[in-house]
Order: sequence, then C-alpha cells, then structure tokens
Amino acid sequence: MEIFRNPNYNFIGKKKIYLGISALMLVIALGSLIFKGLPLGVDFKGGTLVYLKLADRPNEDALRAELQKAGLQNARIQRYGKAENNEVLIALESTAQSSGALEEGKNAIINALRQLPEGKRDLNNIGMASLRDYLLEKDPLRLGTDAATRYQQIAEQITHFRDAERSGLLRSTAELNGVVPAEVISALDQDFVTSNVAVRNVEIVGPQVGSQLRKQALLATLYSLLGMLIYLSLRFELIYGAAAVLAVFHDTIITLGVFSLIGWEISLTVIAALLTLIGYSMNDTIVIFDRVRENLKFLRREPIGSLVNTSINQTLNRTVLTAGPTFLTLLALFLFGGEVLQGFALALAAGILIGTYSSFGFASPLLVLYLERKGARQSQRSKVEVAEPARKSK
Amino acid sequence: MNKNLWKVIFILAVLLVFVYGIIGIPKNWSKQGVLTSMQERIHLGLDLKGGTHLILQVQVNDAVKADAERAIERLKEEMRSANLTYVDISLSEPQSAPDRIAIKGVPPESSSDLRRIVSERLPDYDLTSGAENSWNLSMKPQTLTELKNRAVHQAIETIRNRVDTLGVSEPIIQEHGMGEHQILVQLPGVDDPARVKEIMQSTAMLEIRQEMGGPYSSEQEAYQANGGTLPPDTVLMPGRTIAGRQTDGKSQTVYYLISRTSAVSGRDLRDAQPTEDESARPAVRFLLTGEGGRRFGNFTQSHVGERLAVVLDGKVMEVATIQERIEDEGRITGSFTKQQSQDLAMVLRSGALPASITYLEERTVGPSLGADSIRQGVLTGLVGLTAVLAFMLFYYRGSGINANLALILNVIILLGFLGFSGATLTLPGIAGVILTIGMGVDSNVLIFERIKEELAAGKTVSSAVDQGFARAWLTILDTHVTTIVSAAILFIFGTGPVRGFAVTLVFGLLANLFTAVFVSRAIFDWVVSRKTRGEALSI
Repeated sequence: MEIFRNPNYNFIGKKKIYLGISALMLVIALGSLIFKGLPLGVDFKGGTLVYLKLADRPNEDALRAELQKAGLQNARIQRYGKAENNEVLIALESTAQSSGALEEGKNAIINALRQLPEGKRDLNNIGMASLRDYLLEKDPLRLGTDAATRYQQIAEQITHFRDAERSGLLRSTAELNGVVPAEVISALDQDFVTSNVAVRNVEIVGPQVGSQLRKQALLATLYSLLGMLIYLSLRFELIYGAAAVLAVFHDTIITLGVFSLIGWEISLTVIAALLTLIGYSMNDTIVIFDRVRENLKFLRREPIGSLVNTSINQTLNRTVLTAGPTFLTLLALFLFGGEVLQGFALALAAGILIGTYSSFGFASPLLVLYLERKGARQSQRSKVEVAEPARKSK
Repeated sequence: MNKNLWKVIFILAVLLVFVYGIIGIPKNWSKQGVLTSMQERIHLGLDLKGGTHLILQVQVNDAVKADAERAIERLKEEMRSANLTYVDISLSEPQSAPDRIAIKGVPPESSSDLRRIVSERLPDYDLTSGAENSWNLSMKPQTLTELKNRAVHQAIETIRNRVDTLGVSEPIIQEHGMGEHQILVQLPGVDDPARVKEIMQSTAMLEIRQEMGGPYSSEQEAYQANGGTLPPDTVLMPGRTIAGRQTDGKSQTVYYLISRTSAVSGRDLRDAQPTEDESARPAVRFLLTGEGGRRFGNFTQSHVGERLAVVLDGKVMEVATIQERIEDEGRITGSFTKQQSQDLAMVLRSGALPASITYLEERTVGPSLGADSIRQGVLTGLVGLTAVLAFMLFYYRGSGINANLALILNVIILLGFLGFSGATLTLPGIAGVILTIGMGVDSNVLIFERIKEELAAGKTVSSAVDQGFARAWLTILDTHVTTIVSAAILFIFGTGPVRGFAVTLVFGLLANLFTAVFVSRAIFDWVVSRKTRGEALSI
C-alpha cells in the first residue's frame, strides 16, 4: 500500500512561495512575541501556585473575595481540569523578594479558603505520618504494645482511601465506614473536620531560581543547536548543517509564537518538548539531505534544483508516515495525558507539523538557493579562465 | 537456518533479561504481587509518587562570619598576652565581605610583633597595612572557598541526620547547581512539608549567656533604661513572655539585654531529650560535655545571684537566676507542644547548622495528584501504542507484524533499562516512552520504504531486504545521534522531571537501534528463508 505512488510534486519550483509562507509565519510569530510577549510559567517567573480540589463547584468571585479579605490582592484564579473535579488553580505573583514571603502566600491562601473551627485539625490536609502520630497518642482501639504497626496500617488505609479513591478530598468521616474500625472514626470525629479544600499540588519558586532556570533553558537550547551543527558539518558540508540549523530556529520561533498567540504558559516541560522538537526537526531535514547526498553521487549532471526536488519526493512517503504515528501519539497525550502534559503535547504537535513543513519548505529551498548561487559563480569563474589564456596566447 | 535460529534465541534471551529488569522476580504471580515487584524495580519520581522537592540556599557568609569572629577573639587574647595595645578590632564589612577584619590603633613599634602573631596564630589570614596605624586582615582566597564548600557539605550532613530521624524513605539530599552553594532535597511521600522545613531550617544554635537587663517591652525602652546606648559588649535579643500567661491570646515579644559572649555554646552539647517541667508542660533537657560543663560551672559559680539566659537561634527562650554552681545540665521550657519538644530535642542532638538556610524553591505534589498522573500516563501510553500498532498493521500488512514486534520489544527494553539502571520514571518520562513509540516507528518506516523502492526497481526479495537495511542504516544512525545529543544536553541542564524525560528518550533511542535494525532484520531473514522463489513479500 502506498500513500503516494511515484510522487512528483514540484516543491523546489515553488520554493519562492514556500519561503514566502515561512517568512510570513516568522513575522507573525515574532510580532506576537515582541508585542504580546511570551507568557512565562511559574518555573521561570517565580511565584506561588497552589492547586486545590474543592468540595463544591468553585465560585471564582467568592474565592476572590475570600482571598482579598486575607490581604491577597493579586491572586489569579483559574478553573482547572474536568469540570466535575472542582479543581482550581490559584497563582500569586512573585512580587515578594524573599522566599519566606512566598511561603506565607501559600499558607494564607489555604487558610483563607477553609474555616477550621477552634482546636480541630483538617483530615483532608494531613500527612500520613502526622495521622499515625495522632492515632498513637489517642489510642482509640486501646491497643497496648503492638500499637505502632496497627496504627501505621490504619493511617495508610485512611490516606490511601482519601487520595486514590477520593482524589484527596473526603466529604465526611462517614466515608471511612468499612475502611477502618468504628472506634477510629469516632475518635476522628472528635478532633478532626473534613474541610472543603484539599491541596493537590504546590509550586513555590523563588525569584532567584526563576532566573537561573531561564538562563539554563537558553543555554541548553543553544548548546543543543551547536552540537548538532558540528555533527552535521562533519557528516555533510557546512551549508547542509547551516540550512538544517536555520530551519530549526525557524521551527522554534514559530512554535513559541503559537504559544504567545494563544497565551499558553511556558513551563519546564514545554522547554523539554522544544528540545525534543529540535531533534525531531533535524531528523526530518537529515532524511532529505541524506537522499540528496546519495543522489549527488548518481545524478551528477542533473541541475541541483531538480535533484533536491527528486530527493524530497522520494522521501515523501517516509516523511508522512513518520509524522503520522508520532502525531497520533501526541494527540493521545493531549487528550488523555492530563493537564500537566498538555503544554508538552501542544508544543510537540505544533512543532512536528511545522518541522515537517520546514524540511521541504524552508531548509531545502535555502540549500538549493545557496548551491545554485555557488554553481553560477563557479561557472562564471570558469568562463573567465577560458577567456584569459586565449588573450595571452596572442 | 542455523544462523537464524541463534538470532531468535538471542532475541528471546534479551526479552527475558529485560522483562526481569522490569518486574524482577515477584514473590507471587498475582496482579498485586507483580505490581509490587515492579514498584521496587522502577523508581517513581516525585511527580508520580507524591512528595516534596526543595531547593535550599546555604548562607555561607554566616560560616565565614563565625570563623572571622572567632579569629577576632583569638587575636585579642594574643595581643593582650603579648601586651600589645590596640584601639579596636572588628569586622569591617560584615554584610558583603564577612572575612575582612580591621585592626585600628596599633602603634608602629608593635607592627613586627603583630605580624608574628598573625603568621603564627592566624595562618588562614593575610595581613596588609592600612592608613594611620591600622591594619586589615582578610582570609586567604583558597581557605575562603574551602570554608564555604565545607559549610555546604556540613549542612548537607546535618540535614540528612535530621531527615533520617523523620523516617522518610529514600530521601535525596545533595548539592545542587554549579557553585552557587545550593542544596537539593527531595522527600518522597512527604505530604506535610511545613514540619520538615522547620526541622531542616532551624540552625539550632543554642547558647547560654549572661542576662543583664530586661525584660523591656520594646527596643526603645531598653535604650532609655540604659541612658541612650547599650553598655559595651551587650546586644538586645528578643524573647517571649514566659512567666504570666498572655493577656489577649497572643504572646508578646519582649527584649533582653544579653552579653555578647556566650558562656556555653551548642558545641558543648552532649545530648538533648524531651522531658516535662514541674507543671507537666513539655520541655527539653540538655546535657553538656565535660569541658563545656566545667566552663559552665565556673561561669555559674562566679555569677551566683545574677541571671542567665538560654538563647536558641538568637531568641531568648528562658531566663533564670543562678542559685549555685551548675555543672552539666540545663532545661529549656517554653510554650512547646509535645511534638515541638521532641523535634527541638532531635534538632539539638543532630548538631547545629554551620550556616542558616533559606528556601529558594518548593514543590509539593500531593499523593492524590501523583496517583492520577500515573493513571493518565499509563492510559495514554496504551492508547498511543494501540493506535500505532493498528496503523502499522494496516499500512504494511505482513511486515507490519514485524514492525509491531520490534516496537513492543523496544518498549520492554526501554522499561527494563529503567529498572536496571535505577533511573527515576517521571511524568515527562512517561511522555518520553510514548514519544519513543512514535519515533521508533520512524526507523522501521525508513527501512520498509527502502525495501519497497528496491522491490519496485525489480530486485529479488532477499536482495531488496539487504539493500533496504544497508541504505537506511546511515540515515537511522544520523537521526538517532542528533536526538541523543539534544537529550544529553537536556540531561545536563535539566533537573528532576526533565532529566527523567531525557533519560527515557536516550534509552528508548538506544533500544530502538537494536530492535529496528537487528530484530527486524532477523524476522525478515526468517520470513524470507521460508518463502519459495518468486513469492512476494507482504509489505
């Protein structure tokens, strides 16, 4: 079975059009990056992120009012995940200079949103170890010496039930019926409440770390490109390496432009996706260039433009067949992989589309233009050489 | 035929080895048993298991300042015993360069003696002369660097001791970053970071000093009571009202006038235990070493009737009148809960931090999120894998089975690599596995398309397979090397989850080189050898 039978599309002939499209995309991307800016995630900007699961549907206005009462003015509140999960993300900017202030932000958020009665602790926000210590001290089952292992087991059962089966939020201690003995439940009723807020995830990044990570991400990207340029210049000639690297720049800028346009944040995982994309886009371009190098051996007489075109057509099946399944797996990741990986999946999916395009629409036209110009200059030189001796011999 | 048989046996052996890498040898073969065994082999990162990730900054200047202050004390003693006069010896820039000491008012005839003292007694310092009978001491650069690095390593050890007593399983405590004196702490399964952070952060500097005035309700009052300035060699330190219950439910900060030098310091601590005071309130009892006890005894003997203060981390915890000579034991009370008294005793036992630490970054993944992430990751992996397998079967028909076998083996080898190397699987790592599936297809596609081309050009089946593999090999090599280069850079510059991704990517690519080239080839050879002459290849 074939997708394309003996394809013979004219890619290089339309190279000016393709380069024009590339230029347009670059302009739009750069424009968005410069004027709208690139939204940086908390990894790079610093700040506090608290992911909460609430017992009822979150009312953003009510939440904001509570936070403002606690003195947290610039909190950003965002719904998160599937609607029935009642999850909410609260972000505080890092205007604070010290990390101590950021931590207070997290505590302030949590305390503002749940009302704990005096003297009671929160069953939805307690760790396994603290729960075990409480049970050991309270000793509801009147165990004597073997209490430690038994209460450890009970504490683990409670936290496991709460986290794995109820996503971290118990609505009442009654839900534990059948999970742990009744005496334990009545002890918990005396000293605990099940608040309507459970913390799922916290990220606090001090401003110092944010700038460190920014620097690292940039260095990593540059070194990656340098490494590949060197490798390619060894395997091919410098122009091939340069064309491939320029194509990668092109892909990265446009992918970042996509994020800027739709306003999605750049996090560490997105950077990981971009670095993978660099590898993938290289692959694509290398496959075509490999063919070009092979064809140069056999089709010496053929003008460079049509030779490159033939190479592209020959590898067309492979290009589509590779981009296809990879794109499918990324689609699965985007739909089912959860919030954390969505940025990653988007970066790679967009990047693969653009990367595939740039292999025949950007890198190859650049290569052809350069080689044609070099070929024209060489034939100019040989014309002059022929002319000179003729005169001298006179 | 024989060569093919050996190849098949080899591949099966590889399969078994890597399956072992994934699941080890489970105690029982039920689903739970296999899962438990797998969990022991494959380490889950914090984002899948839940836990706390912290980056700490060690304030190395604290350690430098402490060393410099000790040097000042030593210098003063030496100069007194050598009968040399001076006007002042103190830190010249305590904030920015805490190793610089300024000596003022040394007459020129004492300069050779001063030089001798410094070279003999303060070998870590360089002496330079300044203007008008003043001199400057600064730490030798190499000593300074060593001191800072030692402070970081000591901090790591102390933190490790404290975390160990908390019973965290498999904590990671190590130096972080490149030369910025930072520590990375990863505590899997810890869902209550507040307590852990307090335990780690407490410098646990315990001192006993003489209390010379107070309590004052504010700093201004303290100044006024002493005629505008503090007496020489004293400092103001905050404390809490201990005697007399709080009036409005809040404890008030009061200030005490405390001597600058300490009679006993944390280094003289031998042990610390939680206990209770006379009113059965939780307290901490500490025992001193022999040397420390002697010094304490001398101090208390010569200050009977006066007051001493127990100072912890720069805060006055307790003030008491000295009734008689005390040799080796003391007690701290305050409004502790039982757990606080236990934590404090443990922190005192573990030794003082050489420098204070601040938190730069904190990430806590609740265990519920971790469990969800695993579930989502595995689901996606299966969906993606199924989609790709179906596609290959549909497009390449018979040879599609070949590619699918290679692909499944690829994933098994990849996971087995993770199990053997003890590398951590993170959520981006799962994404890396999924990506490997997609990109692994690429190698097979390159080979198969080549084979199709050769067949279309009229070659025989076996020759087409030969040429297909030979021609595609270089391209496969090129593409894999470039992606491995970018993954290696990700590994060097990344932390935690991103590193997990780089590792799975590299392992996946290496595994892919093996399966796409060797395994697929072996399967093809076997298929070809069973074909009659002229029979077509299902591709």
